[in-house]
Amino acid sequence: MTTAEASLGSVCAEVRPAGPDDAVDGVVPGLVARPGSTEEVAEVLRASAALGLTVVPRGRGTKLTWGLPPRSADVLLELAGMDRVLDHAAGDLIVQTQAGASLDDVQGVVGQARQRVMVDPVVPGGSVGGTLATNTSGPRRMVGGTMRDLLIGLTVVRADGVVAKAGGRVVKNVAGYDLSKLMIGSFGTLAVVTEALFRLHPTPEAQRWVTARAADQAHAQRLVQEVVHSQVVPAAVEVEWASGGAGEVTVLLEGRESGVEGRAAATSTLLGDDATVSSDAPAGWSAYPWDPAAAGDRRATALKLTFVLSGLADVLGAVRDEQVPVSLRGSAGAGVVYAAVPAEVPGDEVAGVVERLRRVCTAHGGSTVVVDAPAAVKQAVDVWGPIPALNLMLRVKDQFDPDHRLAPGRFVGGI
Amino acid sequence: MSSTSAAATDANAGIAAVARRAAELLPAAGVITERSRLRTYECDGLAHYRVTPALVVIPEDAEQLAGIVAACAEHRVPYVARGSGTGLSGGALPHADGVLVVTSRMRAIREVRREDQRAVVEPGVINLDVTRAATPHGYYYAPDPSSQQVCSIGGNLAENSGGAHCLKYGFTTNHVLAADVVTPDGATVTLGGAAPDSPGYDLLGAVVGSEGTLGIATSVTVRLTRLPEEVRTILVGFESTDQAGAATSAIIAAGVVPAAIEMMDALAIEAAEAAVQCNYPAGAGAVLVIELDGAAADVEAEYAEVERLCQESGAFEQRLATDPAERALIWKGRKSAFAAVGRISPDYIVQDGVIPRTALPEVLRAIAELSSSSGVRVANVFHAGDGNLHPLVLFDDSLEGAGEAAEKVSGAILDLCIQHGGSITGEHGVGVDKAAYMPRMFTEEDLDTMQLVRCAFDPDGISNPGKVFPTPRLCGEVPGRHKGPHPLQEAGLAEVF
Repeated sequence: MTTAEASLGSVCAEVRPAGPDDAVDGVVPGLVARPGSTEEVAEVLRASAALGLTVVPRGRGTKLTWGLPPRSADVLLELAGMDRVLDHAAGDLIVQTQAGASLDDVQGVVGQARQRVMVDPVVPGGSVGGTLATNTSGPRRMVGGTMRDLLIGLTVVRADGVVAKAGGRVVKNVAGYDLSKLMIGSFGTLAVVTEALFRLHPTPEAQRWVTARAADQAHAQRLVQEVVHSQVVPAAVEVEWASGGAGEVTVLLEGRESGVEGRAAATSTLLGDDATVSSDAPAGWSAYPWDPAAAGDRRATALKLTFVLSGLADVLGAVRDEQVPVSLRGSAGAGVVYAAVPAEVPGDEVAGVVERLRRVCTAHGGSTVVVDAPAAVKQAVDVWGPIPALNLMLRVKDQFDPDHRLAPGRFVGGI
Repeated sequence: MSSTSAAATDANAGIAAVARRAAELLPAAGVITERSRLRTYECDGLAHYRVTPALVVIPEDAEQLAGIVAACAEHRVPYVARGSGTGLSGGALPHADGVLVVTSRMRAIREVRREDQRAVVEPGVINLDVTRAATPHGYYYAPDPSSQQVCSIGGNLAENSGGAHCLKYGFTTNHVLAADVVTPDGATVTLGGAAPDSPGYDLLGAVVGSEGTLGIATSVTVRLTRLPEEVRTILVGFESTDQAGAATSAIIAAGVVPAAIEMMDALAIEAAEAAVQCNYPAGAGAVLVIELDGAAADVEAEYAEVERLCQESGAFEQRLATDPAERALIWKGRKSAFAAVGRISPDYIVQDGVIPRTALPEVLRAIAELSSSSGVRVANVFHAGDGNLHPLVLFDDSLEGAGEAAEKVSGAILDLCIQHGGSITGEHGVGVDKAAYMPRMFTEEDLDTMQLVRCAFDPDGISNPGKVFPTPRLCGEVPGRHKGPHPLQEAGLAEVF
């Protein structure tokens, strides 16, 4: 038994040597520690700090290949053992959960009271902590926002093993700095989230999806503009787009039966003669345009494109102009869409696609991030793209994790 | 020379250097040094804290502002940013040896982009003016603090301001997309972006609500919200706050999300009647002001449900306002409430604690007990929908011990909020007023962790020092810091794996 294994094993019940199945985007860790409580996480991090070990947090492992591979992973800190939904206060519309709980389980608990965490399950089976770390969102972000609009409190363990809380059990709260914002989307590089508190929304009585064809990018933009400026109060405005193929715009309406009925009819009128109304979501709703089950070199290059709403047509046009087939789907009404480049396209060609799309998105106030890609592609492209205020981000990292031991290298600018 | 006077000399030299730099950068009208004029800025909306700043500067643009901050950084002179000075926690209270940076001359609305649902404004722009600029396009700026006719967007960003309608629409942090921020070293950074989800840490999320301790915004990109098709405001009279609280819970439990649910108790109603003759239901022990907005058919259905639930909770009178004039009349009583208590008491403390909504009846009863056992009157006016209490603790400062007794009741109310898992402040901020209460809500470790952010932005602690945190963290100390290999490993006594 090594020093590290002995040291971690003395503070955490489940510690074992890692195997190839534990790899984080190709990097096989030294040890796997599976703590059962915040206190155990703190002990593991204190022991790791004393030994100078690098630590990569893992939830349920559904997005571990996102971002960049870690430079080092002495310890894989697996939070899936902390999977309890701690408290659902239905009257207060809040839920408190451990970070390793699957988001589906949390939705199941709060769903019994006809409530929901207003974030779509874009990656099936993901944990609360992993969802926070990668800041995923789906169609309903248009009305519910993203994790930053839903997370009201959290417990974290710092790299030095100190346990800290921020926020609280109430939605309205301006006491102290809002640390939750910093943790969201940080890929586990600042601290390890062990518990989270979310605000909930009531589950709507009725839903309708109204879909219409978009002949070209200008048409798609016109339809989206019509809907967002109208009074139909869309819960989502999605676009589906294939290079060279046809496009579709789908609007989701949620609310009371009496209201949704009328708004669906009004939306249908806005979208034109061929619009259809359905009580069921269209195929591919709330899913990325890539196969989440594909692994290794078989996975597509997954892109996240953001832009102000007036940039939609240019982004769609740029995708359609690409020589390689790029499929796109996403929240046109929010300015966030996802695109997939097939796995077989060589790295240098993918790099060209990324560069061109990045130019268009940047011109429209947004960005292009390579969410995931085969190893060869990650080496050929600038995964995160240019980051304004990177120096300030590094200073924040230096304060929270001065030795850069938490998920080193996975995030922007080598963080 | 004693060390105190040496420090004073240093402070004077620093201020003199910044004043010289300001005179180079700004027109003469933007640099205030005369004692009598400096005193104009001695307090913000929380007037019982007063400090005269050593220097006031009123820059006209981002470049001038950044130049002033850079000079402060160079000479380690503390500075405090101030928008319209309406804050209720002393967040813009000046520093006696520091510079007050006033943004009131940076008032341009640079862009209103309907197609992108965005506006770009300077920090001194008045909150309501953003809505006025967006309204012709069918849009408005959703966060609406009670002071929206005078408060500034820069101040809103610093305080993460809320308002009556944040129950449905959220706070400033949910509506600010990007900001150019001058950090305490004088550099300008763009945080966030016009498009959502900028890659990297959400530093903007940390800066919003940091009460001017992490930097000063010089340009703010905000989200514009579509004006609703239909708005209905309902005034409901109840015999007791228990009934009004029960109605609030029933409405939320039914899945209705009103734009606002406000409550006033008998004493607050009495004050409002005396001040603005709002003609609220006679004899009410509590009133609710409920506002529903959205698509017309949905509002119609929600209204029927709310009316029924209020009835079932014991409402004895319900009045519906549908046109803007009637709505304004209902809101007049609510919005005048703070000022109105001046009619029934010479002095008062406004609290801003938050509790989980379901604890409302219990906490209101506990406040009533505190009031009767101490003899200190407490009027309650608050955002019932999100549990944000605004107890107004009334006292007469001319009576000996009255102020202390009121402070004691006020502190006990905050303790009640904390006991119920709530917060010491929902929208007014911590500032200088509630910094001492922070350790009641947060552990030393919690506060230390928050201050890591402060150390990243402002290691010298010159940006609004003394606010938010009861004790500053020394940024040089990094606890648990460990560099290089483990000593045992180095000595060849152990291997890591």
